Amino acid sequence: MPESEALHAEHHLEYPYSRSVGPVIGAFLTGLRDGKLFGVTGAGGTVIVPPTEYDPTTGDDTGEMVEVGPGGVVESWAWVSHPLRKHPLQTPFAWALIRLDGADTAMLHVVDAGGPDKLATGDRVTVKYRPASERIGAMADIEAFVPEGGAGA
Amino acid sequence: MSAAARTPRPVSIASFAQMQNVRKDDEHNEVEMLMPVIAEVFGNIGITKDDVDFICSGSTDYLIGGPFSFVMALDAVGVWPPRSESHVEMDGAWALYEAWVLLQEGEIDAALVYSFGRSSLGDLNEILSLQLDPYYLAPMWPDTVSLAALQARALIDAGKATEADFAAIAARSRKDALSNPKAQVANDIPAETLLEDEYVVSPLRRHALPPITDGAAAIVLAAGDKARQWSDKPVWITGFDHRIETHSLGARDLTSSPSTTRAAEVAGLADGPVDVAEIHAPYAHQEIIIREALGLDETVPINPSGGPLAANPLMSAGLIRIGEAAASIKSGKAKRAVAHATSGPCLQQNLVCVLEGE
Amino acid sequence: MSDETTDAPGPVTMLATPIGLDFDFTPGIAQSKFLRGLEQGKFLGQRCPVCGKVYVPSRGSCPTDGVPTTEDVELSNVGTVTTYCVVNVPFAGQSIEIPYICAQILLDGANLSFMGLLQEIPTDQIRMGMRVEAVWVEPDQLTPSLASVRYFRPVDEPDADYETYKEYL
Repeated sequence: MPESEALHAEHHLEYPYSRSVGPVIGAFLTGLRDGKLFGVTGAGGTVIVPPTEYDPTTGDDTGEMVEVGPGGVVESWAWVSHPLRKHPLQTPFAWALIRLDGADTAMLHVVDAGGPDKLATGDRVTVKYRPASERIGAMADIEAFVPEGGAGA
Repeated sequence: MSAAARTPRPVSIASFAQMQNVRKDDEHNEVEMLMPVIAEVFGNIGITKDDVDFICSGSTDYLIGGPFSFVMALDAVGVWPPRSESHVEMDGAWALYEAWVLLQEGEIDAALVYSFGRSSLGDLNEILSLQLDPYYLAPMWPDTVSLAALQARALIDAGKATEADFAAIAARSRKDALSNPKAQVANDIPAETLLEDEYVVSPLRRHALPPITDGAAAIVLAAGDKARQWSDKPVWITGFDHRIETHSLGARDLTSSPSTTRAAEVAGLADGPVDVAEIHAPYAHQEIIIREALGLDETVPINPSGGPLAANPLMSAGLIRIGEAAASIKSGKAKRAVAHATSGPCLQQNLVCVLEGE
Repeated sequence: MSDETTDAPGPVTMLATPIGLDFDFTPGIAQSKFLRGLEQGKFLGQRCPVCGKVYVPSRGSCPTDGVPTTEDVELSNVGTVTTYCVVNVPFAGQSIEIPYICAQILLDGANLSFMGLLQEIPTDQIRMGMRVEAVWVEPDQLTPSLASVRYFRPVDEPDADYETYKEYL
């Protein structure tokens, strides 16, 4: 197709949203800032991580915040050899669904494993926070999860 | 039509048209893309915009970063005198559902449904991140391919599929697409060769991903006398439903699709045999999940059009499945067909439409 | 926000979630023609083959008939103010000193008005029907953008009859 006929222009669109987080997400983010991981009890006593104000399956109100982790199990993972510009890590890493110890649901975050041959479903990983002075109460307060025992970290 | 129809008022797919699916169309704006499609969907049955009582469209402004682009798209129809119109920020399959619901009420007899999307202007990986939970997920910008890869890995780990299965689905789809002149990617490459592709995000190799597509599609729905007037042998919608699951990926079993199963039950899919299925599974592994959720055995041909692995125009790929399924019945290749559409990450929301000829 | 300072930070209540996207935007060939016309210091429109109306800027289609507009039409540099407002309120991103006049201008030969800045006239003397002309940037400053038109200004002609523009309000 002759691209020359149609004009092109760079178009950058940005919305600088700032969101109020409410009591449950707020408690989780406060925990991250303070170096702790929290879930919330849902229907039938399950523990939901990351926590929501409602049980994602039943829609019921959720209950108490409970501390979970810092370790957990990789339920599934996807290896990114070429990180995209906005990804949390700029070196090859894995996206992973991680079920933290004490939780009944999995949380999405990144695993800094070193290579795709060093990670498998069922592996244990543990949280690696940013330094306390850099934490603001956001998912990015977790730099990555790393294999338990330090391999590849 | 069988007595098993699950819908109070019979509604037919009276006409279907789609744009030539392409990687990038930079010659036309959205209106110019749509105009020939709408002219064709009316022209097929010799009608004009004055013959439809309602217009419903599906699109998302995020694709071009242009607020309210769906309003401008109405220029493609020419809404003068003023028309009854609605829009969903969803694939056109859901716009079709809205129009079908309105037709069920019996106040109107015909509707135009259309959808369009130009995926070529932006970065889909970033754009689709913005449909995710804005507190826990979107700030990390997880891309759509990576989320699909998590689902594919879970499927492999559950023993439900292998990478070779993904390659076989991709090879079959693109080979079938050779007979679809509107397809974007059509070729005859053996699955074994495809398995030599690099991983984009492991365990998904290049072939297991849908192409990036600019496209548009339209359907005319008709009920009552108009359905008979516009076709000697109408293709009827006998069951129609859509269901959604939680957006919390970690709270779902990504290897199954209970929302599809439930929608199929409500639509009465199991009331009779199915001759063909058009499944909106953008990633190869998702076809395995949907086939199982729909309860289709190995004998049911899937996506003879090539499906979304041959052309994946965002916002239209689901509507096109319904159009292609209807076309299979119209051509006499099938008597009863099922079309499926999906939305959201990892098959979060699913729509099932059962179609039947006379 | 409190001015109070404490050692322990309070609970997190807000989350900054900026979203930014980049696009390689293209308006298509029809709109590109209009923009390229601006680069040459002229207004290019298109005529609908069904109703005969001339649209400027054209988007390549007739919004009434839903058909492609294929005939290119060069329009006059002179037009009529169909309606206007005087802007007295400052807002973020404002680039023009207030008060200023924002007018809908119907170019001679066109069937669609568009918005333009009106200058070289006191704000209390603007009227509907006033005849105006485009003032372009210097030839070496022309770009395929509406920024090529600096503003519109009155021309020494009698006001247009209301009947000639009442359809375009």
